[in-house]
Amino acid sequence: MSEFFQYLITGLTIGSMYGLIGLGIVLVYNASHVVNFAQGDLMMVGGMSAVALLSAGLPLPVALVGGVLVGGLSGLLMFKFTIEPARGAGPLGLVIITLGVGMVLRGAAELAWGQRFYSLPTFSDNETIRIGGVTLVPQSLWVMGIAAVVVILLAYFFSRSLTGKAIVATSLDRDAAILMGINTSRMQLFSFGLAGLLGAVAGVLIAPIAFTYAAAGLMLGLKGFVAAVLGGLGSFRGALVGGLTLGVAESMMAGYGSSDYKDAIAYLLIVVILIFMPRGIFGGMSGERV
Amino acid sequence: MSKVEVKQKATSKWVCGGVNEHQRRTAGHFWQRPITNVAVLALLLACLPLALTSGFHYHLAVLVGINATIAISLNLLMGYAGQVSLGHAGFVALGAYGTAILSSRYGWPVPLALVSSAAGAALIAFVVGRPILRLKGYYLALGTLGLGMIIYLVISNEVWLTGGPDGMPVPVLELFGGRLTGPADWYWLIAVMLLLVFWLSTNLIHAPLGRALRALEGPEAVAGSVGIDVPRSKLLVFTLSAAIAALMGGFLALYAGFISPSLADFLHSIELALMVLVGGLGSVVGSIIGAALITLLPQVLTVVEEYETLVYGLILIGVMMFMPRGLLSSIIDLWRRIKR
Amino acid sequence: MSALEVISLSKEFGGVHAIEDLSFNISPGSVHSIIGPNGAGKTTLLNLITGIYQPTQGEVRLFGDSMAGMPVHARVMAGLGRTFQTPQVCMHMTALENVMLGRHIHLDGRFLPTALRLPRILSGEREARHRAAELMEYVGLADYLNDEPGSMPYGALKRLEVARALACEPKLLLLDEPAAGLGASEKADLTGLIEKLSGAGLTIVLVEHDMKLVMSISQHILVINYGQKLAEGQPTEVRRNPDVVAAYLGSAV
Repeated sequence: MSEFFQYLITGLTIGSMYGLIGLGIVLVYNASHVVNFAQGDLMMVGGMSAVALLSAGLPLPVALVGGVLVGGLSGLLMFKFTIEPARGAGPLGLVIITLGVGMVLRGAAELAWGQRFYSLPTFSDNETIRIGGVTLVPQSLWVMGIAAVVVILLAYFFSRSLTGKAIVATSLDRDAAILMGINTSRMQLFSFGLAGLLGAVAGVLIAPIAFTYAAAGLMLGLKGFVAAVLGGLGSFRGALVGGLTLGVAESMMAGYGSSDYKDAIAYLLIVVILIFMPRGIFGGMSGERV
Repeated sequence: MSKVEVKQKATSKWVCGGVNEHQRRTAGHFWQRPITNVAVLALLLACLPLALTSGFHYHLAVLVGINATIAISLNLLMGYAGQVSLGHAGFVALGAYGTAILSSRYGWPVPLALVSSAAGAALIAFVVGRPILRLKGYYLALGTLGLGMIIYLVISNEVWLTGGPDGMPVPVLELFGGRLTGPADWYWLIAVMLLLVFWLSTNLIHAPLGRALRALEGPEAVAGSVGIDVPRSKLLVFTLSAAIAALMGGFLALYAGFISPSLADFLHSIELALMVLVGGLGSVVGSIIGAALITLLPQVLTVVEEYETLVYGLILIGVMMFMPRGLLSSIIDLWRRIKR
Repeated sequence: MSALEVISLSKEFGGVHAIEDLSFNISPGSVHSIIGPNGAGKTTLLNLITGIYQPTQGEVRLFGDSMAGMPVHARVMAGLGRTFQTPQVCMHMTALENVMLGRHIHLDGRFLPTALRLPRILSGEREARHRAAELMEYVGLADYLNDEPGSMPYGALKRLEVARALACEPKLLLLDEPAAGLGASEKADLTGLIEKLSGAGLTIVLVEHDMKLVMSISQHILVINYGQKLAEGQPTEVRRNPDVVAAYLGSAV
């Protein structure tokens, strides 16, 4: 039984990461109807930048915040220089552009840091906590805790703040939002920046547990998608629950089944969900758009 | 019943008006006819060896030919039928591994292994195609991506069969009693394949079936309203496209003599999509040009290999932002503007 | 035999009855109109007839044949042609190619003959081009043969749709709000076209908002409201029906 809880904890930790990446994807999708294939690479940029800042001699908290800010900035630049000028490119064109941005980020990271693996120190003491037969690394708590805080902040932001509501309005009906005097282009810029921040938060959170490297964003970005699609591509809560579900499913597969096919779970899920439940597992249930 | 017959007579009455003379001419200029294009390509392929001065040149020509054929198959799906695929490399890999496994592990004659693998890949496409092709837009992109990744993971993990990440060797192709070894031998084989697929594609496009496929790219309602069986048409082009990709994957494996799972990975799928996009969606000739550019680019870039990912990314962004209809159309547009 | 028979047809969307136990008959020939206030269920009815939706209950029969479970394209083969409220054309094809698309069910679309470019494919293409050009002339689009739809006026696109639908050689033609968005002279042209088609013996079903047009060219009118039949009959009868007047209160009937 303790085995099961061990897998569950591992799954929830990694699932929180998937959820955070999925949140970034949903955020951009809601505001601009672009499916951002570069979200995983924005995450990588955050993690790698934090590593670089730390090795430049900055204290850890400063490096972490710095890494997150670099991620946000990358998101802003991405929108300003690629998405905004190419508004008329159509869905396929925009997908290809975000794929291109991802490759550019990856390529730039390879140039800057090579293909080596880096890691950040854990945020607090590294002593494992034992509850019953289950061991828990403190960083897991950081990951889950910060993911939870981020989701609460986001929910508050979208339901209370004027900017948040304007983004919601933009996502629901762009033309109506324009008529209401909302600067939709600014809102989309904002959402890309926020997605960059979210991605980078995921990046600095995961770096102490897993390694970070130039190509890290590819696989994690795709997992983030699966999380977003599981949640119905449009719901924040759905993306988070989708991420947790995927994380736990992978962890259980690795524990009880074959670890070789841990990654296959995500793709099997995506194909099956898309075909049989096109609105996602949770999207249809919650009925919420944002 | 008699009333219906009367109506059908009436029908033929109102479709038989006077013939507009202008219309008779628009059956296509001779240079627009499919057979002319095929003949021009055949001539080019026959003359190209005059410019190929080394074995390495032949080697590049073979790679371009294989990729061009695959790109044409993907363009049928993406450019004509408007169905995105981000997992096409999966089918290339199925053909490659099928050929390698059947011939080296089970001792099948190579040509039989090649054809069976292509047929097998087509069967897989046929079975998974119907549900996957119900998806649209982004969801189709994600679904095909997932399909490609599953193929990749199976190839990477079934070490006993595929050699896993280390890859596996592929036996030499023997055809008509002779062994195909050098790139120069392969050049003619691949040239014939390219020509065949090119011919088939142009035949398809300039026919009712091709027009029906092109209609799939238009508004959803149109195809159904003129009696096109949309699911069946999508499935047909998906299966055909997979079969060609797998067949060429088999040839690629036999030519290279060694294969690894990277054949099926996501980046290879992107590379194939890139060939189609650079050449232009819906342009068969463009696909050949796109495949040539993308295949030859790394040869130019070898000096600065670490820039490859960055440059690919920039090309992707640049093409979609500045020439969304592909290089060929953009150049033609530019040419027309200069002439005017 | 009826051209179109709708038998106790119902369609529910999550408990809401969009169409409820609706039955009517449309006899062959002449112009029939289906009218009703906004939200009356006209679009749902149209989607049920063309096969975009499958009914919750009841069935649709076309020239005596049940259409139950038949997908959209199969109904076209059974003789149903249609146009759309806002023109749906393939922007990446020429006007003529759009009409040629309408010949689809009369041409050989099988893979092998196409791949080998057998003579029958070539002659089929020639025939399709010829017919499509004739039809464009018939609907008054002779000047637009090789134009891209993107550069054609709205009214011309509506007629292009009619030509495409006619290319299928339908026995029954459904026109979904053909007058919407047209100017006065374009409407007059349209009326002329519908009368010409009807005169040639084609059964026409018109779903239309423009009362003047409906009253002037229909021989038979069906009024629906809240997914149910409100009235049915000749224009003069329907116009006097108190229920209809009540439903349309405020609009000129």
